[in-house]
Amino acid sequence: MEDHIITINENSLAFEPGETILDIAQRNRIDIPTLCHLKNTIPTNTCKVCLVEIKGSKDLVESCATKAAIGMVVSSESPRVVNARRENISRMLASGNHNCAIRDFDTIDWTSFQLGVLKDDQKNDLCPVWGDCELQDLAYRYQVKTKGMPLNECQYETERANPFIIRDFSRCILCGRCVKACCEIQVNNAIQFGYADKDLKIIAKNDAHLKDSDCVFCGECLQVCPVGALIPDRAFRDDRFKDTHTVRTTCSFCGVGCQMDLFVQDNQIVKIDGADVNLPPNNASLCVKGRFGFDFVSSSDRLTLPLIKKEGKQVQASWDEALALVAEKFTAIKDEFGSDALGVLTSARVTNEDNYIAQKFTRAVLKTNNIDHCARL
Amino acid sequence: MTNTIADIETSDMILVTGSNTTENHPVLSSFVKRAALKGKKLYLIDPRRVKLADHADNWLRPFPGTDIAWINGMMHVIIQEDLHDKNFIAQRTENFDALKETVEKYTPAYVEAITGIKQEDLIEVARQFANAPAATILYCMGITQHTCGTDNVKSLANLSLLCGHLGKPGGGVNPLRGQNNVQGACDMGGLPNVFTAYLPVGNEEARIKFERAWNVTDLSPTPGLVATEMVQKAYEGEFKSLFIIGENPMVSDPDLNHARKALGNLEFLVVQDIFETETTRMADVVLPSFCFAEKNGTFTNSERRVQRVRKAVDAPGEARRDWEIICEIATRMGYEMTYENSHEIFKEIADLTPSYKGITWERIDQIGIHWPCPSEDHAGTPILHTAQFTRGKGLFHAIEHTPPAEQTDEEYPYILTTGRVLYHYHTGTMTMRTDGLNRLSPECFVEISDKDVQKLGLDSGAMVDVSSRRGKITAKLKVSSKAVEGTVFIPFHFAKAAANVLTNGKLDPTAKIPEFKVCAIHIAPASA
Repeated sequence: MEDHIITINENSLAFEPGETILDIAQRNRIDIPTLCHLKNTIPTNTCKVCLVEIKGSKDLVESCATKAAIGMVVSSESPRVVNARRENISRMLASGNHNCAIRDFDTIDWTSFQLGVLKDDQKNDLCPVWGDCELQDLAYRYQVKTKGMPLNECQYETERANPFIIRDFSRCILCGRCVKACCEIQVNNAIQFGYADKDLKIIAKNDAHLKDSDCVFCGECLQVCPVGALIPDRAFRDDRFKDTHTVRTTCSFCGVGCQMDLFVQDNQIVKIDGADVNLPPNNASLCVKGRFGFDFVSSSDRLTLPLIKKEGKQVQASWDEALALVAEKFTAIKDEFGSDALGVLTSARVTNEDNYIAQKFTRAVLKTNNIDHCARL
Repeated sequence: MTNTIADIETSDMILVTGSNTTENHPVLSSFVKRAALKGKKLYLIDPRRVKLADHADNWLRPFPGTDIAWINGMMHVIIQEDLHDKNFIAQRTENFDALKETVEKYTPAYVEAITGIKQEDLIEVARQFANAPAATILYCMGITQHTCGTDNVKSLANLSLLCGHLGKPGGGVNPLRGQNNVQGACDMGGLPNVFTAYLPVGNEEARIKFERAWNVTDLSPTPGLVATEMVQKAYEGEFKSLFIIGENPMVSDPDLNHARKALGNLEFLVVQDIFETETTRMADVVLPSFCFAEKNGTFTNSERRVQRVRKAVDAPGEARRDWEIICEIATRMGYEMTYENSHEIFKEIADLTPSYKGITWERIDQIGIHWPCPSEDHAGTPILHTAQFTRGKGLFHAIEHTPPAEQTDEEYPYILTTGRVLYHYHTGTMTMRTDGLNRLSPECFVEISDKDVQKLGLDSGAMVDVSSRRGKITAKLKVSSKAVEGTVFIPFHFAKAAANVLTNGKLDPTAKIPEFKVCAIHIAPASA
C-alpha cells in the first residue's frame, strides 16, 4: 500500500488500485470540476471539463476516466489545463441557450443588470436555474465571457406535457448524467441518447413524452442535471431567490427510510432532494412519492381543530372540551365494562416516541394490552 | 430485515418473492436491479409478472397461495442433489431430520401439480440458490398476507438455513417493511403481546421492570387483542371503545362491510389523524395531529436503522403532537404523563429497551444506527444472527402446504389479489393530494390478462362489477402483461372502489394477518 502514492497539485496522496484521479481528488477535497461525472457510474467523458495534466504526458487526460498509477504527478489547474477547460466551457455555453454568464456591465443595479441579460438573450424569462447552475458557476470560475456569443436556436421544443418534470432541450449540454442516473443508478432504463451528430438528444423510447414512456418519475435525472435542461414543474423554480433553508429528515412513505432534504420557504416545503450520495440507505436516490408527493403537508384540507359528534354531526370543538370528553368516556367505559373493552390502534406512520407513549398509555392508564397497529394491513 | 439494504448489492443470488419491489419499495428495488445489471443472479417468484421480471434471470409463476409447496420443492431438490450446507446445519440448527422427511414428497412433479411452476424452473432456481456463495431472500406482503402467512415465512427461513445463507453478508431472510415506521411501532411495543424490544407481557420480570419505571401496579399479564380481533369483538358487541391513531381501517381493513358494522357498534370511537378520512367520519371525537414534517423524533426503517425525523414546518391551526395529545388524555384520566419534548421520551425508550440502549439522538445525528445496539460504545448490528440465533440454534419447521381459505368455483371463478401501485400510498390520504400523482394514477382498475378479457367478451377500459361473497365494487378493466389468466389484481388505495370490500377477513392463526392476497371473485359488465 505504501507505494500507492500519486501527487496532485503538489499533495502526495495514497490511493487504492483502481481509483481514478478524480476519485482521489474528491476524497481529498481537491476540487476538479466536472459536468458529466456521476458517482458510482461508468464515466462517459462527454464534458471534458475534468481534464488534468500529467507530468511527462503529451496530452491532457480526463481525470474521471484515468486510473491513478504509482508516482503519477498531476496538475489540475495548470495554464494548459485552464485554457483547455475554458475552451470546453465556452463550447458548451455556445451549444445552447446559455447566454447567462459573464458580461461587460457597468451598473451595480442588479435589476437592470438582469433586464439587460434578458434583452441580450432575446428572452422574456430568466433561465429557471440562474444562480443554481453548474455550467454557469464554471463560466464564472474560469471567466468565460458569453457577451456576443450567438444564440443557438434549439430544434427541439420544450416538453411541458409531463407531471413534475419540464425538459428544456435548449439548455441541455448532453452530458449524459440523466441517462446514467436512469440506467445505472435507478436502472429504470427509460431514457437514452437518441439521433446523432447535430440532432443528438436525450430521448425516452420512441422519443415519446416521459409520461408516455417507461419513466416512473423518480426524478433522479432532475437531481443530477447540472444545468437548466431538467427542471421541476412547480413554483420553486420561480421563487428560488426567496429565503430558503433545508432540513434533513426521513421519508414518511415506505419502510426503506430514505434520507431527504426538505427545502423550506415561508413555512412551506417547496422541493425535496435525496440527501448525500454517501449517506445510506438511499445514497441520494428517492422515488416519485418521496420526491414529489409532499403537497399534503400544506394542504388546506388538514384537520386544524378537534371535532365532536353532536346529534349525529361532527362539529368543531375546543381542545379542552374534546380532551375532557375523551378522558371521561374512556374512564366510564373502563369502569363499566372493564379495561379489556377498550383498545388502541397505534400507527406505523408516527414516530417511535409517539408509539412508545401510545403503548405506555394503553398499558399503564387503560390497563389493557389491547394495542396493535396496521403492520398486517 | 436480517441484513441491510446496501448488503443486497453484495449478494450473489437474489430471490424475490411476494414483492412488487419496483412499485412498493422503489429505491430498494434499484439495489436489486443494479445487482442484476452487474451480473448477479436474480429470480422472481410471484403470481404477477411485475416489472422486476424484466431484470430477472427467470420469473417463476406459482398459483396464488401455494408458496409452501414451491419452497418445500426447492428444499427437496437441494437435499436430493446434496447441495445443502451440512456444516451449517450441524453446527447452527436443529430438527433437520423432520424437515427432510416432510419435504421428501415435494418432488418437482408434485410441486408442479400444486403450483403450476415448471419442474425444470424449480430445479434451476434451487440449484442457483444452493450454489451461490451468498444468496438473499427478499419478501413482502405476497408471502405474509395469507392464512398460512406465518408458515410461509418459516418456510423461507428453512430454505435459508438449509443452505447456510443466514448470518453473513449478502445473505439473509429479508422482509421489506411497507410503512415508514412499522418496524419502530413493533419495536416500541405497539403490539398486544409485548413491551418494547419484544419483552413479553406475560414475563413477570418484564412487567415488574415497566411497573417500576412507570410507577404503576398491576400491569396486565394477559396478551391483548390484535387489530383484526378488536374489530371482530366490536362486531360481536363485546368491545366498546377504540382509539385509532393515524390509520384508516375503513379502507385498509379486509371485508369493509363487516368492518363498518363493527366500528358502528362501538360506544365510543376516537380517531387522531391529519385529514378527514373514511374512518374519522365514523368517530365520536376527531383529534387533529402533526405530520412527519412537523415533528422531531425517530423512525426505524426496514433494516432496523433508527433515523432522525426533524421538524421543517409549523403544523396548521391548532393541531397537536400525537404524543402530547395522548399524554393530555392520560393526565386527565388521573395518571400524569408530561414530557419536555420528544427527545426526553427517546431517552426513556433507550433506558427501558435493551436493543435501543446505546442509541442517542446525538449518535444518530448524521447517520442512523441498526439495532440491537446495547451500549453507547456499540456500533450497532447491521447483520443479525452472525454467531447464533435469538433462541440459540436455528429451528427447522416441518411444514405442509395448505390451500387458501377461499377457493374459486363456478360462481366466483377468478382469484383476486390486492396491493399498491407506484404512485399512491396506502389509502391515498397523502398521495392523492398531489396532482401529478393523480394524473399518473387517477383511479381504481382491475388488472387482467388479455386471455381473460377475451373470455369475458369485453375490452380493456370497460367498466365491470367485481363481486365476492362479501361485497361488490365497480371499476375499469385494464389489460396488462403483469396479469396471468385466472388471476386479477386490484389496488386497494381507492375508497370509491375499495378492493377491501371484496377481500376475505380470514386470518392466519398465529400472526392474525388477513388473507388479502387470495379471494374468489366474479366479474361482469357493470350494471349501469
